[in-house]
Amino acid sequence: MKSETLPGTASFEAVLAEHGWAGLHATRLEIFQMNLGRLCNMACRHCHVDAGPDRTDQMMSRETIDNCLTALDRTEAHTVDLTGGAPELNPHFRDLVDEAISRGKHVLDRCNLSILLVPRFADLPEWLAERGVEVVGSLPHHRRRNTDALRGDGAYARSIEALRRLNAAGYGRGDPRRRLTLVSNPAGAFLAGKQCALEPEWKAALARDHGVTFDALIALNNMPIGRFLAWLQESGNLSGYLERLLGAFNPVTIAGLMCRNTISIGWDGSIHDCDFNQVLAIPAESPAGKVPHVRDFDPVHFQQRRIRTARHCFGCTAGAGSSCGGALAD
Amino acid sequence: MAGYYHPEQLGKFAEIAEGHPQLAEQFFAYYASVFAEGALTGREKALIALAVAHAVQCPYCIDAYSQACLEHGADLEQMTEALHVAVAIRGGASLVHGVQMLEHVRKTGM
Repeated sequence: MKSETLPGTASFEAVLAEHGWAGLHATRLEIFQMNLGRLCNMACRHCHVDAGPDRTDQMMSRETIDNCLTALDRTEAHTVDLTGGAPELNPHFRDLVDEAISRGKHVLDRCNLSILLVPRFADLPEWLAERGVEVVGSLPHHRRRNTDALRGDGAYARSIEALRRLNAAGYGRGDPRRRLTLVSNPAGAFLAGKQCALEPEWKAALARDHGVTFDALIALNNMPIGRFLAWLQESGNLSGYLERLLGAFNPVTIAGLMCRNTISIGWDGSIHDCDFNQVLAIPAESPAGKVPHVRDFDPVHFQQRRIRTARHCFGCTAGAGSSCGGALAD
Repeated sequence: MAGYYHPEQLGKFAEIAEGHPQLAEQFFAYYASVFAEGALTGREKALIALAVAHAVQCPYCIDAYSQACLEHGADLEQMTEALHVAVAIRGGASLVHGVQMLEHVRKTGM
């Protein structure tokens, strides 16, 4: 469902204007984000991508990956952000990581953690560690209840075991070349907590309860799109959640919104301002007026584009804000 | 309007200033200071508020601080433990009065 059909009257662009912003425009491109496909070994209830084990038809091809690498070479992006689905399930994942590392890029693997327990990926913690890949692992909550509520029974236990394996490979122990970041999402129609307050609590709790460690916590709001939107509608929480996002609008978050320093490439090579727009099939602004494709990437135009917004953008500006890098304000 | 409690009234709390703006302003400033991070964290204060909300049986406060606890990263188990603190104190407050009963019985009985 497109966010334009959601109830409520506030326009994101109008609220931006109230705070002195004449639309959103790009800043220096820093993050080259690639969605390697929607195939996933999990089917989390909050997944905005609607990923799952049945999404075998939407996988980034080797040709598109090569197009991405060509485009990457035409940018100054310092980070390659690999997402999915489970990006590791793309058959070209390891080749792509090696290509990005050979270009001197910082690589992020947005990992659902449980994939590391699949036997054929058992070597992945060591493999990633050898290359200095940052693992950004999804863990909705540091306790079982809210994690299993979003990810299914047993997901918490599997995640903890995956963290143990990452720790054994040197991750999460303060080594900048083996950085382990956890991502928390609320298990319901409420905003994410303040990550600066949550991080010490999470570190203490996971160390005390399971003897596992990590380096940093990112706390993100759930966007009212995809499976989470369907749940909001079914549970009668949609209006209340949208009011909560609108009421918590924080203008301090605008300057650091991820869409401003990111290019988001869909599994099919389409170019978007962020992966939420990608899911909603909102392409980045294109001079030809057609869906821009990474094989035709024009870095000059991309840098000058106006970012396309819709109502779901209030999810990134609520409270402390949310970006792929975490909160945007104290 | 039938009944006394209406959830939408929580969102109109600030309108209480209509009858006496100065007192309302002072109250809300004090309230904000109380819930600011201090020697206790915002999460700890939200859990205390949730427990007190049940003790004073304020439905507005229960809604507000259930949400606040969730947004401070608490889960149902932690919130329920906070609730039981209120329950224990309320129960204990009744039970400890039993000592008065006991002493009365001891004094007047044979």
